[in-house]
Amino acid sequence: MVTGAGIFLGIAFLCYSGTTYLLQKVPSDPSLLHDYQLDHNRQLWLVAMALLVCTVGITNSMLMSVSERFREIGTMKCLGALDSLIVRLFLIEAIFMGVVSSFGGWLFGFLTVFLVHILTGGPGAVHDFTWTVIGSVFLGSIVIGATVTLIAALLPARHASRLPAAAALRTEV
Amino acid sequence: MAATEYIVRTKDVVKIFKLGDEVLKALNGVSVDIKRGEYVSIMGPSGSGKSTLFNAIGGLDKPDSGSVFINDVDMAQLDASELAYLRCHTIGYIFQTFNLITVMTALENVTLPTIFAGTPNDEGIQRGMDLLKLVGLDHRLHHKPSQLSGGQQQRVAIARSLANNPSIILADEPTGNLDSKTGEEIITLLRKLNKEQGVTIITATHDYKMVDVSDRVIWIRDGKVEKIQNREDIDLDLGGFGGEKDHL
Repeated sequence: MVTGAGIFLGIAFLCYSGTTYLLQKVPSDPSLLHDYQLDHNRQLWLVAMALLVCTVGITNSMLMSVSERFREIGTMKCLGALDSLIVRLFLIEAIFMGVVSSFGGWLFGFLTVFLVHILTGGPGAVHDFTWTVIGSVFLGSIVIGATVTLIAALLPARHASRLPAAAALRTEV
Repeated sequence: MAATEYIVRTKDVVKIFKLGDEVLKALNGVSVDIKRGEYVSIMGPSGSGKSTLFNAIGGLDKPDSGSVFINDVDMAQLDASELAYLRCHTIGYIFQTFNLITVMTALENVTLPTIFAGTPNDEGIQRGMDLLKLVGLDHRLHHKPSQLSGGQQQRVAIARSLANNPSIILADEPTGNLDSKTGEEIITLLRKLNKEQGVTIITATHDYKMVDVSDRVIWIRDGKVEKIQNREDIDLDLGGFGGEKDHL
């Protein structure tokens, strides 16, 4: 649950900054171009930071969620599960969680940015949300969310599945 | 494979744990032979190495030297997938802390090993229901472990250990987390399974009630076998299961 929330918020943040970045318009007045460039760079920087925070956050939640289930992994090993099966189980779960939470995060982040944009730019600002913007942010969110979740789950799950069963069982969290 | 008289044999098993600079010999040359269909208790004070021996027999930990034979097969020779196969089909485990999967119902927990064994789904579920009936929990099929009492959880764990018809059940302090009355029920159940299904039961325990139902008791002290006694040679003044109360 908390893991899902971590992914959710990470993606929401990423989505928010990403959309804001994409919505920025090139000013028609050349004298404002310098300001625009500065602002543009700052936005890009924000997106990069959001990506970093989101990656670290998701990795951390997945690591926690797999490590606290070391005993469960140990138990499954005792019951005769193959290492590969255990890894596969965790990967399926991670993909599922990644996609669902990313979708939620996208929805939340996008709605926030949508509201903010309309409140600051008036009703006409709705037209800024072209399908290209919506689509690229959507795809980006889901792909990044699922990929990061998957990688973050793969490492600890593989580590745990290779431990001797007794060691995995002894683990106290 | 020809059925041999001894289902488990260990030969000079040594297991060393390193705690910082200190080297601890948890097992120091343990050799025991356990017959098919026996009910054997491994007794000893905590820290004597009985759980370590138990883990070595179950293939959960590799001994540092010496060998463990299950059905005359040397465990050290098996690779990871063969070990998994052995754990799946030959050995059933019961733990002190039950170790049920918390998000699964009783039935799902019992069915889990049959999935690992590749049993068709319907068959596995039928098997799970039969086993839960055997341990007297057929009215609790769809409860999660958190909705079950300790004794009930342990009975689910026993049913789970039997899922793939193992020839050996390894129970590590199965009564350790239970009150004495529930513990008795579990012991009685294990003994019943041992008699009726002919499954070999090996328990690590320091519950003296367990001695009473065992065929043989292996006493472990400081990583060595102190003595091995047959039940009839043990003078146990428990006066049956209720006896303990008289001493309190």
